[in-house]
Amino acid sequence: MSYLSLKGITKQFDDFTAVKNFNLDIKQGEFISLLGPSGCGKTTTLQMIGGFTEPTEGSIVLEGKDITFTKPNKRDFGIVFQTYALFPHMDVFENVSFGLATRKIPKELIKEKVNNILALVKLEQFKHRYPAELSGGQRQRVAIARSLVYEPSLLLLDEPLSNLDAKLRENMQIELREIQQKTGTTTLLVTHDQQEAMALSDRVVVMNSGNIEQVGKPQFIYNNPGSFFTLDFLGKSNKLSGDILLDEGKYILKIEDFSSEIKAKETSSNVTFYVRPEKIKINIDNEIGLKAKVKSKLFLGIYVVYVFSRAKDDDILVYTQEKFRDIEVGENAYLNWQPSDIICFLGD
Amino acid sequence: MKKIPFLLVSPAVLFYIVFLVSPLLITLIMSFHGYSIYTGISDDFSLANYEEVLSDSYFYKIFLRTFLLSVAVALLCTILAIVEALILYKMSTFYKSISLLIILGPLLVSVVVRTLGWAILIGENGFLSSIPVLLHLSEQPVSLMYTQIGVVITMVHVLVPFSIIAIMATMSKLDDSIVNASLSLKASSFYTLRKVLIPQLMPGILSGVMVVFTLSITAFATPAIIGGRKLKVVAMVIYDEFLATLNWPLGASIAMILIIINFVCIYFYNKYTQKKYKRVFQ
Repeated sequence: MSYLSLKGITKQFDDFTAVKNFNLDIKQGEFISLLGPSGCGKTTTLQMIGGFTEPTEGSIVLEGKDITFTKPNKRDFGIVFQTYALFPHMDVFENVSFGLATRKIPKELIKEKVNNILALVKLEQFKHRYPAELSGGQRQRVAIARSLVYEPSLLLLDEPLSNLDAKLRENMQIELREIQQKTGTTTLLVTHDQQEAMALSDRVVVMNSGNIEQVGKPQFIYNNPGSFFTLDFLGKSNKLSGDILLDEGKYILKIEDFSSEIKAKETSSNVTFYVRPEKIKINIDNEIGLKAKVKSKLFLGIYVVYVFSRAKDDDILVYTQEKFRDIEVGENAYLNWQPSDIICFLGD
Repeated sequence: MKKIPFLLVSPAVLFYIVFLVSPLLITLIMSFHGYSIYTGISDDFSLANYEEVLSDSYFYKIFLRTFLLSVAVALLCTILAIVEALILYKMSTFYKSISLLIILGPLLVSVVVRTLGWAILIGENGFLSSIPVLLHLSEQPVSLMYTQIGVVITMVHVLVPFSIIAIMATMSKLDDSIVNASLSLKASSFYTLRKVLIPQLMPGILSGVMVVFTLSITAFATPAIIGGRKLKVVAMVIYDEFLATLNWPLGASIAMILIIINFVCIYFYNKYTQKKYKRVFQ
């Protein structure tokens, strides 16, 4: 069933284990991301799949064939590098046709295929420009076209958008997803940008110091992080603490005067839990919630960021789009949330 | 305010005027003067010296020999330097710095000393000369002293660091993933070398060729020691005219012709290479 299998991959450098017992099955046509901070082993994993480094242990299987020690030029993969690695002495057409020429494809067919892919990435009129004469986004698209034109069995993307500015990056994310869906190429993206990983992928693999922290659909792991690392890496969260009490057969989480339902198995005191800033409701109609005072307010266009200060504990961050009466710095409000929005790692 | 930049460059300008432009001008003026063994340098002004040089096949032979020697040395240096640079590219940082030290170290030693070292190695009783005897290929030691091959070998040894420096400079600008990119596109290692690496090193290779060519066309010490009087090059002819024959005007005119040849070569070479690489390497 699985198209590409990584079985117990380990990469040991002299005194440092970059990747530890990495297991992952990728389905055909899937877009998967390896997400993690720098040094988490995601790039090493990509290098091993690309054939540029050999794993110390484990095997890589593509369509039932073991390719663990196959040379990179004997694998039929497309790779987009962080620096794009375009050939500066070749124009766009020559760059894109490089992988077709090495496959000894007839000239006429090369021309046709290159023209088709350049149309897909909207670069037809730049065919005879050199990389030095292109913008960052255009170079990026050349790199993608170059690695897709020969219909690779797997597309590997190594931080492909990290050299672009924020606005261009967002556009390229949409384009990249569209191109991938049009060509149906199985794709593995390596990135440290959680938004990019979540926006593009069918499944996200969160990595931390050589280990897989969690694998899952972006929305699922965002809302149900399996560990504090995943929670923290995927976005902001507020750390709160309270007691779990049993009240009429239901478990209740009580912080100061605010009580809310929680799924729990036993009572305990001083529990740490987390709530995402966009899940917090600002309540000014009644006194249900956690009492807090607006410390600062930032208007960011699509949403407003509030920082609330509390009597004793840490500040609470809230993102909101609600058009209720604007509350200003110094005013009081009551913060509450749905029981399902509470993230709690009991037993950690 | 506009005076400040001029003031700042003036020491350098002055230095070049005193030590480069004025000797060249004096040489140029000298080359038009006349000379006779009895009266010495005369103040007349003619192209007679140039006519003498350009009408004598003796000089043509020497100019041609110098030119061919320089082309051969430049080509050999470049081929060697490309291979060495590629090996260095593959090395880890530690061994790379040691190897660079070994390659560039000889530049700290005078050309004359290095050439004399070769004279010892390839001389009549030299170690290299006795190798054919040790291998039973020859009864007598084979000395490369006073041969064209000996001059070329020594010149290549003396000048190869310049080619390597030029190529290494371009190499440091290479994108580290460019080789991986080529491999991922199903190119063989040799195809990658031929189509991706060498073309990108071209600016360094070409400037290395030019540096070595200009240094060897004006070389004096190495051809003088290894080649001797039998294999005169232009620089030696100039030296002899100035110090042996004492015909300074004739020596000056030969020097001017050498400068002109050098300038013409550099000009057309630059024009050609710049036209070719202007769009690629901005």
